[in-house]
Amino acid sequence: MTKETLNNTEPQEYQDRSLNTICTNESRLSHPWWYNFKYLLVGIAFGIVFVKAEIVSWFRIQEMFKMQSFHMYGIIGSAIAVGALSIFLIKKFNIKTIYGEEVEFHPKTFNKGQIYGGFIFGLGWAITGACPGPLFAQIGTGASVIAVTLLSAIAGTWVYGLWREKLPH
Amino acid sequence: MIEIISKPWPWYIAGPLIGLTVPILLLIGNKTFGISSSLRHICAACIPANISFFKYDWKKEIWNLFFVAGILLGGYVSINLLANPDPVVIHPNLASELKTYGITNLNGLVPLELFNWTTLFSLKGFIMMVVGGFMVGFGTRYAGGCTSGHAISGLSNFQLPSLIATCCFMAGGFLMANIILPYILAL
Repeated sequence: MTKETLNNTEPQEYQDRSLNTICTNESRLSHPWWYNFKYLLVGIAFGIVFVKAEIVSWFRIQEMFKMQSFHMYGIIGSAIAVGALSIFLIKKFNIKTIYGEEVEFHPKTFNKGQIYGGFIFGLGWAITGACPGPLFAQIGTGASVIAVTLLSAIAGTWVYGLWREKLPH
Repeated sequence: MIEIISKPWPWYIAGPLIGLTVPILLLIGNKTFGISSSLRHICAACIPANISFFKYDWKKEIWNLFFVAGILLGGYVSINLLANPDPVVIHPNLASELKTYGITNLNGLVPLELFNWTTLFSLKGFIMMVVGGFMVGFGTRYAGGCTSGHAISGLSNFQLPSLIATCCFMAGGFLMANIILPYILAL
């Protein structure tokens, strides 16, 4: 499905969805709901890495922003290197998904939200010591009060949705 | 083996593993790695309130909710089965600075003296948990992604908007951690 056909069918929805990091390409294959358990497994592996490498540690985030440790820079840098190499290989050898579909990439378009929103997120990241992923992992480690932080983050997302038309983009 | 795994993992092990999430999600179902969008799907599923930003078929993105549920379970598994037996190593400058704010318990992943149910009802705790969380949710959605969607997925695919967003994340973080947070911690 091309961007154009999506635009013709559901312009508003496409606009909303493409402003996100979510998939705007729906698979034409329909799978039973329990196929989603594979994402649960990837999530579990990911959560274990998050905790074991102390990415979910408030202290590690402070050390990063105070330039006291290379740890987080090493993690983000090597993750990008591996991600970029993988995407390069997928594109070069036209590697298909396990269902034989073409892998699709979605270029991001610039808007001022990336500046204002990015800055606001950065402030919150340094206070809570967590971006959205670690919030989930921290709750899993038994830090029950972080559920309040997560609920507040959901509220923040909701208020963004409410004010979206009035905010500069 | 378990003993080795229980120790904190170095960056050169963890970073590539996180990077591998990008091709794994692409190859098992054409999904672009990103976490903050899960917060939006939760809004769309629970409280859409007739806001156009939340009026979409969130069930099409349900994989993302399975993924974050997995992250939560992964946290549970690692703390219960693979717990680090040694105290957490913290930079001495950070430890001594935190001590001036009365934070001496450096065990665990979050400072327990700051993040607990009692401090939640103090001004400091309210700012750190409620206001901080709000800024994370509001900011990531306004920016169209967080560390995973922009810094890792976006930069892996050489997206300029993601580079701009990542620089702004870091700018906000540096400002908060070095200039503003000391005042909050002193409350």
